[in-house]
Amino acid sequence: MPIPCPLILDNVTIRHGAHTLVAVDARIAPGEVLTLMGPSGVGKSTLLAQVAGFLAPVFTATGYIRLGDEELTRLPAERRRLGLLFQDPLLFPHLSVGGNLAFGMPAGGGRRRRRQAVEAALADIGLAGFAGRDPATLSGGQRARVALMRVLLAAPRAMLLDEPFSKLDAALRDEMRRLVFARIREHGLPTLMVTHDRDDAEAAGGPVIALSAREA
Amino acid sequence: MSGFTLGIRLVPRLTLLLLVLPVAAGLIGVVAPAFGWLPALGGETWTLAPWQALWQAPGLADMLRLSLVTGLASTLAALTIVVLFLGAFIETRLFRVVRRLLSPLLAVPHAAAAIGLAFLLAPSGLASRLVSPWLTGWTQPPDYLFPGDPAGVALIAGLVLKEVPFLLLMSLAALPQCQARERLMVARSLGYGPVTAFTKAVLPGLYPLIRLPVYAVIAFATSTVEVALILGPSTPPTLAVAVVRWLGDPDLTRRFLASAAALLQLGVTALALLAWWGAEHLVRRLVAGWLVDGGRRRGEITGRLVGAALTWLSIGLLGASLAGLLLWSLAAYWPFPAAWPSPMTLRTWREAADTAMGPLGHTASIGLVATALSVLLVVGCLEAETLRYRPLRPGAQLILYLPLLVPPVAFLYGLVQLQAQLGLAAGWWAVTLGHSLFVLPYVFLSLAESYRRLDPRWGQVAASLGASRATTFWRVRLPMLVVPIAVAAAVGFAVSVGQYLPTLLLGAGRLATLTTEAVSLASGGDRRLTAVYALGQLALPALGFLLALGLPRFLLRHRRLLLP
Repeated sequence: MPIPCPLILDNVTIRHGAHTLVAVDARIAPGEVLTLMGPSGVGKSTLLAQVAGFLAPVFTATGYIRLGDEELTRLPAERRRLGLLFQDPLLFPHLSVGGNLAFGMPAGGGRRRRRQAVEAALADIGLAGFAGRDPATLSGGQRARVALMRVLLAAPRAMLLDEPFSKLDAALRDEMRRLVFARIREHGLPTLMVTHDRDDAEAAGGPVIALSAREA
Repeated sequence: MSGFTLGIRLVPRLTLLLLVLPVAAGLIGVVAPAFGWLPALGGETWTLAPWQALWQAPGLADMLRLSLVTGLASTLAALTIVVLFLGAFIETRLFRVVRRLLSPLLAVPHAAAAIGLAFLLAPSGLASRLVSPWLTGWTQPPDYLFPGDPAGVALIAGLVLKEVPFLLLMSLAALPQCQARERLMVARSLGYGPVTAFTKAVLPGLYPLIRLPVYAVIAFATSTVEVALILGPSTPPTLAVAVVRWLGDPDLTRRFLASAAALLQLGVTALALLAWWGAEHLVRRLVAGWLVDGGRRRGEITGRLVGAALTWLSIGLLGASLAGLLLWSLAAYWPFPAAWPSPMTLRTWREAADTAMGPLGHTASIGLVATALSVLLVVGCLEAETLRYRPLRPGAQLILYLPLLVPPVAFLYGLVQLQAQLGLAAGWWAVTLGHSLFVLPYVFLSLAESYRRLDPRWGQVAASLGASRATTFWRVRLPMLVVPIAVAAAVGFAVSVGQYLPTLLLGAGRLATLTTEAVSLASGGDRRLTAVYALGQLALPALGFLLALGLPRFLLRHRRLLLP
């Protein structure tokens, strides 16, 4: 396992025309979760998109994103190796549950080894024997766990969480928070989370940056 | 139930009937003569003689091969270009430019594009002039066969050029439905390169949504008459062209042979569709392992380069074809290696102005009426969906596609037979109704998405304010949909302008439109006049699109939210 590096947002500023949406300067240590809090529309998801490499062309961004010493700002999204967890689990409907996990795994290893790895990963999240299932037959909580495992199998170097618990019902939310944050600490991943839910920030236990709605 | 609701509810049935009846009647009308039954021509016994004559027709095997190969190869090439283009360029600047160019590209009639391509790549065409004599040393037109090469390469190229914009438009409409953006983000954040992400994560969801349009492309490409007349080989031609030749033969007994051949054409198209369907299944099995093998960037660069090259080649060919047409229409004297006609003159345009007025009037009037009829029925069908809170059944959707899936050569001649039997006059009305068969599916394709996406709460707001169903439709829903309806009408008008075979057959060859004139001129030697007609054929739909995009912009200038 590579030595975990901190995720650094060096004066990252997002603008829409002349209007500054959001500006963040932060250093996230391995295993630490930095929470960006704020009501919808303040640009916290836009900031996450910039870090992930998906900024829409209507916005302009300045500042640098680094992982340890590696400069990420100009890399395309697929070269950054940052695990992105969305509001929705977004399991591919054309693949089985096992296929979704295999999609996340790096190439190579032969068919049998890959299948064993998928089985082990499923057992790890309490879904042993689910490999052949259609994702549509899974419950919301099961889907969320598969989506998390798919990201982890791709061996990301940091995690980006985009309101990852907001669509789960209250009972599942606690369970999922515990699972996600435990895995993040276990892998020593620096993590940036955006949310509007104060409970998410408390569960994460890390520093919080509160963004307020600005006059446009 | 109010009169409005009752009326709207009848529209879907009426529409389906109007589509099924002619196609079914046409097919029946072609079966009888194929087996010797056509009392008007003295055929009063059932016999297999037409089929025996067909088997002995010289070059039949070549015709069949040509129809199948050009149809399938052009569809495959077009689909490949669309997939690579989307994979390499989705959400880039080029993507947005192409997206904007798409409607005008789609409006270019098949015949005009084919004539443009023929003039561009012919031995004495613009392309060889541009590289002669400085690069090639040619002072005489080189000796190669284009268009009309026996392998059908020119025909395939012409078909691809027109199929790419159509499949691209259908894909663009389907992308949001299969959550393409989200799928791409997931795959790319997992480390997949753009082309691989598109083919592994988006295409398996996109393809089922564009399957019917792909089948329509196969049906068109295996049975097109006008493109094959202009670009395809002539001895032997494709089967569809042979059918039309036998139909036009002064020897009336050839009509029996033609009917058998028309039925055979139905079989050829069905065979092509079956082969494609089989290949779909094979591919699905073959790629199942590849989808989940974790490979993230294999072939990524190649895919991107080939995608870029093919996209630019298609845009370049189409653009150069149109530029070539313009030059030919202005040429007085244009000897071979000269890249530029000199002097330029408007003489051909002035000459054509006298003779083209009749065809121009027919083209416009038929197009306007066929479009109006189609828009009326399509809006009725979609409003009926709204009233019932559910979309058309899949079977009904398939029927809407019927005229695009059954080769027109196979059923139009049967309709002509029935027309004669029932003593109905060939002419303007028959042609207009015939055009509607092909205009209606395209209007539906182009309008359905926007109509279904309109927020149902607008109607609910109106109803809660006391508006009746009819008022809600006329005063709320219809005005909100003015822009997509105008675009759908422009698409329909363009389809009508481009129709060749229905005009030729249902008009009994006596009703000249810009398209029939352009196609028949293309086989003659007068490039200047042909170019003028091809450009005229192109200008009408372009005008339609200009109006469809410009008029709402002007009328709704104080209702900005309704504009795209």
